[in-house]
Amino acid sequence: MPVNQTSSLISPLISATNLTCIREERLLFDQLNIEINAGDIVQVEGPNGSGKTSLLRILAGLSQPFEGEVFFNNQLISQSREEFHQNLLYLGHLPGVKDEMSAEENLTFNLALHGTADKAIDTEQIEQILAKVSLTGFEDSLASHLSAGQHRRISLARLYKSTANIWILDEPFTAIDKQGVHALELLFKAHIEQGGCVILTTHQDLLTFKPTQIKKIVLDYTFDESSFDESSFAENTFDNYTEQGR
Amino acid sequence: MPTINLSYRAIFSLVLKRDLTIAMRHKDDIINPLLFFVIVVTLFPLGIGPEAQTLSRIAPGIIWVAALLATLLSLDRLFKSDHDDGSLEQMLLSPHPVFILVLAKISAHWLITGLPLIFIAPLLAVLLHLNEQSYGALMLTLLLGTPILSLLGAIGVALTVGIKKGGVLLSLLVLPLYIPVLIFATSAIDTAALGLPYSGQLAIIAALFFGSLTLAPFAVGAALKVSTN
Repeated sequence: MPVNQTSSLISPLISATNLTCIREERLLFDQLNIEINAGDIVQVEGPNGSGKTSLLRILAGLSQPFEGEVFFNNQLISQSREEFHQNLLYLGHLPGVKDEMSAEENLTFNLALHGTADKAIDTEQIEQILAKVSLTGFEDSLASHLSAGQHRRISLARLYKSTANIWILDEPFTAIDKQGVHALELLFKAHIEQGGCVILTTHQDLLTFKPTQIKKIVLDYTFDESSFDESSFAENTFDNYTEQGR
Repeated sequence: MPTINLSYRAIFSLVLKRDLTIAMRHKDDIINPLLFFVIVVTLFPLGIGPEAQTLSRIAPGIIWVAALLATLLSLDRLFKSDHDDGSLEQMLLSPHPVFILVLAKISAHWLITGLPLIFIAPLLAVLLHLNEQSYGALMLTLLLGTPILSLLGAIGVALTVGIKKGGVLLSLLVLPLYIPVLIFATSAIDTAALGLPYSGQLAIIAALFFGSLTLAPFAVGAALKVSTN
C-alpha cells in the first residue's frame, strides 16, 4: 500500500499532544505539544527541577502525564507497547548495572533483555563493544569494583548494538570524560543519519552538532510566572533534589 | 522494523539465571533467612520446655509460622536492589511481557529461599518431636505452600518498592494474605498426625498455588508500573 508508506514517512516517529505534568502540586509544564521526526536530535533544556526528567519518563511511557497523550508512529504507546519498546532505548539517571555481575555479564544481559542480542552475539563481540567504551581489561571485573563513570559506560555500551530508532537519554554524559563525550556525540550523529532520533537532556553543549541542527525543548514554566521570587526557586530545587535521591 | 526473538522460555531462563548468579555471589541472601528459620524454631523448645507431647502438638504451627516470617524477611530484596540501581526500569521497558520477567524473578526467589527451607524443615521437625505420620504432609504442604508465599509476597514488595521505609507496611500487607495458607497447611499436618486423609486441605493449597501462580505475576507487573511512576 503505497499511500500508507508515504504517510508513515511524513508522520513523526514520536509525538505528544497536550502534555501536562504536575509534581508535588507544582505545574512543571502545561499543554506541551511535541513532534519528533526521524533524523532529529532534541535537547531538552531547563534549570534543575524544571521537569526534564519527568518529560523524558513520560515520553518513554514510564510515568503517566497528568493530561495528554504520547504517540509512537501515530499509535498510542500504551496500545503498541511491544512495538514501541522494540524501538525504544531509554537510559535514565540510574545506569541499571548490577554490582554483583561483571561488565561483560551486565552488557550481555542488558542486550538480551531488550532483544538486541541474538545467537550471533558471542563473547568476542561483547568484548569489542566494551572496547568501544574504553572498558578493555575490565570485562571480568565485578561492577562493584568499577567507578561511577565506568558503570555509565557499561549502560551506554548498549547504544553501539541498538536496533531501536528512538533513543531517550537522561543526562548521558554524567561522569563521562571528554573523549567519551566526543565519541558519544559521533555515535548520536551516526544514529540520526540512519533515520533514528535522539532525545536527551544535558547541561553541556553538543559540540559536534551545528546549533541549527539541534531542536530544543525549553522547560522554564516556573520562570514565566510573575510570582516567581528567589525563595520559591530555592524551595523548588531542594524539593527536586530530594525527589531524585529517592 | 527490527524483528526481535520474543521467546518466553529464553527470556525466562535469562532472568532466572541472572538472579541466581547474583544470589550465589551474595550468599548472605540465601543463608540469612535460613538461619533465621532455624533459630526461631529452636527457640520454642527452649522457651516452652522439652516435653515431647506439648512440642509435637504445636510443631506444625511453629514450623509454618517460622517459614512465613523467614520468607517475609527475604522478600525485600526481590525488587529492592533492582529498583535502586535502575534495572527495574529497564525490565519494564523491555519488549518482553512483564509477567514473564516477574515470574522468573519470583521463581528465583523461591529457589533461593523456599527450597532451602523445605530441605531443612524435616530436621527441625525432629527437634520438635513432630508426629511420625506427619512428615509426608509437612513436606507436601511446604512444597506447595512456599511458592505461594513468594508469589503473594511479590505483590506486596512491588507495591512498596518505591517507598523508603516500606518494611513494616510490607508485613502489614502481606501477612494477612498468608493466613489461608497457614490454616490449611497446619490443618493438613494435624490431620495426618491422626492418621486421617488430608488430601482435601492439600487440594485447597494446590488451588491457592495455581491461582497465585497464574494471577500474581500480572498483579506484580501492574504494581511495579505504579511504583516506578
